[in-house]
Amino acid sequence: MDSGHTSWMLIATALVFFMTPGLAFFYGGLVRAKNLVNTMMMSFMAIAIVSIVWVLWGYSLAFGTGNAFIGDFSHFGLSGIAFASAEGEDIPPLLFVAFQMMFAVITPALITGAFAERFKFSTYLIFLVIWSTVVYSPITHWVWASNGWLWELGALDFAGGTVIHINAGIAAVAASLIVGKRRNPGLQPNNVPYVILGAAILWFGWFGFNAGSALSAGDSAANALLVTSLAASTAALTWGVISHLKTGKMGAVGVATGAVAGLVAITPAAGAVNAMGSLAIGFGAGLICFFAVELLHKTNMDDALDVFAVHGIGGIWGAIATGIFATTLITGGTSGLIEDGNIKQVGIQAVGVIATLVYSGVVSFIILFILDKIPGLGLRADEADEDLGLDLASHGEQATVRDGAD
Amino acid sequence: MLKIEAIFRPERVNAVSDALADIGVTGFHYQNVTGQGRQAGIEVVIGRGGTTTTRSAVSKTLLVTVVEDDKKDAVIEAIVSATRSGEIGDGKIFVTAVSDAIRVRTGESGETAL
Repeated sequence: MDSGHTSWMLIATALVFFMTPGLAFFYGGLVRAKNLVNTMMMSFMAIAIVSIVWVLWGYSLAFGTGNAFIGDFSHFGLSGIAFASAEGEDIPPLLFVAFQMMFAVITPALITGAFAERFKFSTYLIFLVIWSTVVYSPITHWVWASNGWLWELGALDFAGGTVIHINAGIAAVAASLIVGKRRNPGLQPNNVPYVILGAAILWFGWFGFNAGSALSAGDSAANALLVTSLAASTAALTWGVISHLKTGKMGAVGVATGAVAGLVAITPAAGAVNAMGSLAIGFGAGLICFFAVELLHKTNMDDALDVFAVHGIGGIWGAIATGIFATTLITGGTSGLIEDGNIKQVGIQAVGVIATLVYSGVVSFIILFILDKIPGLGLRADEADEDLGLDLASHGEQATVRDGAD
Repeated sequence: MLKIEAIFRPERVNAVSDALADIGVTGFHYQNVTGQGRQAGIEVVIGRGGTTTTRSAVSKTLLVTVVEDDKKDAVIEAIVSATRSGEIGDGKIFVTAVSDAIRVRTGESGETAL
């Protein structure tokens, strides 16, 4: 065990944890005020539930040996995970479990933006258990387990562009389609400062997410931290400028969303590209995701908080861009399209994207379809509850009490 | 007795309060309201910064005071002097008759309750 590596990874784990409460603020600020508590609770309960699922069987299904597609139950309840580090291990095995747990937590929380303001809360808690088990763990195994098929194929996904963002993005499409549109969506976010606060916490936490994915304190982590911040800055600026050109005003919600899109796009690339590459990835993320939001708003799909446009499209751009801008020096072997015309890497990246889109999209849809049909569950909150607001209907609370009688 | 309701720019509320105090009107209440006048709302950025729309979301302050009939002109003049800029959006004043007023503490009614 190396105390330097271990210190950094302990901090990185806590940083990734902090992203989920950050997401709660980001999403919470965007919805109507009557659904603010409910929207934040969706992220908060993902922490509570998915953490337990992860140590019981989620980790085992993701990182157990199993086969190329899924792990096994050999580490059920963390059995076989040693307390003491083995000779030559940089970080304690339990720290790797905890670090990965925070990724497992935030992924289903990202999906909640798609069905915000109308989803039945009790069904959501069950959805968390099933989705995390049946969708998240297998895809994690494909990409990050040493015998996973995408790992063996050579797909580059440093910190989870496919595993987390494309995965959550396409699940968001399935969820939006099956849950249906909000009855009466609001026009404006209820709290723009919450949106900015949430985006800032996400940005801060992303340093642990990306630089921590080096699993060590060293050159790769330093590069990852730098390119992460640069991509977010570039995408935020790009988004803000387009927004200003189009409307004559630079909205803060747009700039905050741009930052998140940049962070999404740099996620798979953080261990593959240099600072100049990250500027290009951030610019692309701002441009592409901005117009993805515009385009998707014209469709009939009510992905309430633009999860697919930002995480899905941003993740796809990031995965492909990783193949374009990868440099041998940083990946430690794999080159990209620009460096030496390695078009094959772009192809490998595309395979990872398509496999994730298909598997997560189809399985997420099936899970939600079944939950919808089970008597006593169902996906949709009652119409009266939706009109009243899910804060009072599901939680008996209000974000802010304004009647002076409190 | 007359009820005078004045809608004006929120940043003028302290000036109105001072102007009313100068003419001896110390009782009033006000609240922040949103709405629209002839300009038909205000442009807001919606979605993720790519679209704008018009909403009746102009912020104003609505102040209400009830005064004796002979104070009408003085109150109106005080409010107008404190709020007029000459630009669109200065606001409006409405005057209505009030049939009675009761002071809760003593049970007095009519103008003595003001």
